Amino acid sequence: MQQIVNFLIRNKNFLLFLTLFCLSLFFTIQSHSYHKSKFINSANVISGGTYNVMNNINQYFNLKDENRILLNENNRLKSLLFNQQTQTTIPVEIDSLLEKRYVVTAAKVLKNSYSFTNNYITINKGERDGIIEDLGVVSSLGVIGIIDKTSTKYSRVLSILNSNSRVNAQLKNTNHFGTLKWNGQSPKNAQLTDIQGLANISIGDTIVTSGNSIIFPKGILIGAITSFKLIETEDVYNINVELFNDMTNMGHVHVINNKDSNEILSLNELNE
Amino acid sequence: MNNIVTINILRFTILILVQVLILNNINFLGYINPYVYVLFILLYPIKNNRLVFIFLSFLLGLFVDFFLDSGGVNAAACVTVAYMRPLILKFSFGMTYEHQTVKFNNAEFVQRLTYFTILIFIHHAILFSLEIFNISYFLLILKKSIFSTVFTAILCLLMTVIFSHKRT
Repeated sequence: MQQIVNFLIRNKNFLLFLTLFCLSLFFTIQSHSYHKSKFINSANVISGGTYNVMNNINQYFNLKDENRILLNENNRLKSLLFNQQTQTTIPVEIDSLLEKRYVVTAAKVLKNSYSFTNNYITINKGERDGIIEDLGVVSSLGVIGIIDKTSTKYSRVLSILNSNSRVNAQLKNTNHFGTLKWNGQSPKNAQLTDIQGLANISIGDTIVTSGNSIIFPKGILIGAITSFKLIETEDVYNINVELFNDMTNMGHVHVINNKDSNEILSLNELNE
Repeated sequence: MNNIVTINILRFTILILVQVLILNNINFLGYINPYVYVLFILLYPIKNNRLVFIFLSFLLGLFVDFFLDSGGVNAAACVTVAYMRPLILKFSFGMTYEHQTVKFNNAEFVQRLTYFTILIFIHHAILFSLEIFNISYFLLILKKSIFSTVFTAILCLLMTVIFSHKRT
């Protein structure tokens, strides 16, 4: 017994080092799998609060850009509205609360990164604004990510620039669908895999979200095809997609809550 | 004694804030960021309680991890360099370290440069290999650690020169 205690005392530095190193390795490994990093995330009071204070100062510097983005989006929506083919008057809804399938919350980006292999975004809306895990996040130009962790006031978004991110996507004109991933290289590009070899694709085609997942509504823009390669053995395409969103420069985002998600999820559970 | 404690507490908080609020937004050439917060480990007093030192380094890394959403990557790198620091000190300062008389402010430039570079390189190598966590990206890890080491070392040296208070 005496010897064990002596050994512990003699090697206390090394043992402390080993314990702390293993602890941080444990955190690291947890952070590499989706939805597992429980303790270490920036959606907490200290880091969220600090980023919030900094953001309150910083936001004045890009008001001009934000205005331009807003104007462009308004412009796009107006042109969609005016060019609608069936000019029907919008029917008056009896109870607008019950009819809405998607509830959209506006949020501000507090922190964004794009130089790591696993990037996260922190936004200033949390549980008290009705944000829960697995909601989709979009900007005016396209998909940004999926809510991954929430606290009372802040939440963390798993950016599409994250090697764990999987988004269900499809070709805009043909409905062939696949999975959008990121290989960790350039923040301008993402990779679309598992598109059927039968699909007729060409460079410049638009990629949008498919309605297959309950996270994003159908038809949200993602990017355009820059190059593609057919994998002969599996008969699927590997497509390089240039994102419409500038992931390095983000101001305001929208969180999309699908009201029917629980219903669809319970149906899917019945199937399994 | 109290003076040293206050200086280190201040250094701890200021370095973390500077790191997460300013330096992590640099992204020079798309991926090079300096990690100047290591300066806390570099300049920690040499006569110290090693247990406290290792634990403080762990906390330092963990706080940076909290802000950057990086799991425990920074904590692991910090703990390792904190544990290895006596070895690196012995290697770069030689005899003066044995007599416990090293003062960073009036150490020779070359000695200080070797000390900084070795420690920072080890820190960055661990940091990036854990962050990428994939052996097939070995070259990317090496490239990132070398470029970031140069960047961090230059900034650290500059900061020590600017903030050194010479007693006259």
